[in-house]
Amino acid sequence: MPYRLLAGLLAAVLPCVGMAQQDTQKEIERYRQLLAEGNPADLFEARGEELWKTPRGPKNTSLERCDLGLGAGVVKGAYAQLPRYFPDTDRVQDLESRIVTCMVTLQGFKPEDAMKNPFSAPGRPSDMEALASYVAAESKGVKLAAPLRHPKEIEAFQIGEQLFYRRAGPHDFSCVSCHGENGKRIRLQELPKLTDPHDAQRIFTTWPAYRVSQGTVRTMQHRLYDCYWQMRHPQMDYASEASIALEVFMAKYANGGEIQAPGLKR
Amino acid sequence: MRDDQARQRAERVFREAFTHGNRQMAAKVEVQDEVQAQCTRYRNEPPKDIAAAIERSQAASIRYPASGKMLGDWREGERIAQDGYGMRFTDPDTKRPNGGGCYNCHRISPAEISYGTIGPSLHRFGALRGTGEAIQRYVFGKVYDSQASTACSQMPRFGHNGVLTEEQITHLVALLLDPDSPVNK
Repeated sequence: MPYRLLAGLLAAVLPCVGMAQQDTQKEIERYRQLLAEGNPADLFEARGEELWKTPRGPKNTSLERCDLGLGAGVVKGAYAQLPRYFPDTDRVQDLESRIVTCMVTLQGFKPEDAMKNPFSAPGRPSDMEALASYVAAESKGVKLAAPLRHPKEIEAFQIGEQLFYRRAGPHDFSCVSCHGENGKRIRLQELPKLTDPHDAQRIFTTWPAYRVSQGTVRTMQHRLYDCYWQMRHPQMDYASEASIALEVFMAKYANGGEIQAPGLKR
Repeated sequence: MRDDQARQRAERVFREAFTHGNRQMAAKVEVQDEVQAQCTRYRNEPPKDIAAAIERSQAASIRYPASGKMLGDWREGERIAQDGYGMRFTDPDTKRPNGGGCYNCHRISPAEISYGTIGPSLHRFGALRGTGEAIQRYVFGKVYDSQASTACSQMPRFGHNGVLTEEQITHLVALLLDPDSPVNK
């Protein structure tokens, strides 16, 4: 990864953001294009791969035998079929909750330790952000095909659908407040209509993503946590059943879109 | 799963999703008020009779200023419209007033080009409608409780839910209606 080149690009392009709004959008597009060959998420992918293959935890084992849904040890294409039902845990799981399962069963971590630091902060990098980047990148170019066949997958979709429309809190917000119509914005940020396959395919398949405003890769779990923060809800529990149900709901509309993760976002 | 079963399951799953954060906040979002519950159930498109009942109950909840003075200071209004602070779990300073975050969804003063489009443009609102008492009352009521006129509107009920104070709302009325406000220039 050419650090110096990247730093140069950031310096050259970032000051332009904040001009007239159409120019801003154009600049962001140009910026995305410039970085397309060098998304900083590459660094997370590389660190994630190393973490995946290094013996760690009380059992001093790597994650290489982890079953992400396509059989023990298969990483290629696995992210494109998540979330899905797993018989061994009898739960529908997304990428992150499944990585936690493998850290517990294969490596011997306690669940609370495996879920201790899913979102990085300055000076406190997150292994999960790296691991999720690596696994997601191994499905690049594969079309999303979350199964939605097992009764528990269908149930998760139905729960997710209820939650998507659920209004609560001092601002009466629900997911639909921002994601129910095409072509809308919050300030200058364009919003996807998540029940529209065109928008859903473009958005859902590009998480995890390197977020320029936060200087790190953020995962889908973080995206949901951040939405509920903005919705004036309390902190959403990491890998909660509700969060996974919402992912299943979104995946139904995003199915068929090509995975291009980790993406690059504002 | 039938719709009512799915709703019950979703309510349980929802309650189980906020166990580590602020308990008081969690208790508040777990229980929906009648309006939130109806708008959720009908996905913001309630049948006519329910829409009418919501609009009646919400109109009755509006507390207009006792002084009768609804036109505040548009400069204060602009500040409140810009400010998105308040009521998130990382907003611990309860002495700092909440913002309205109006620009998140509305175009208002033309100088601010970073505006959202979920709500309609409010540019030239007063220039097109005048500044009389009837329109002041309309704007005050709309910000206080948007669902008094449009059941299941996406706009927060800023006064009804205690997000903004009566005085703050009068400043927003001035931002939209005062002839000196940049909105009407």
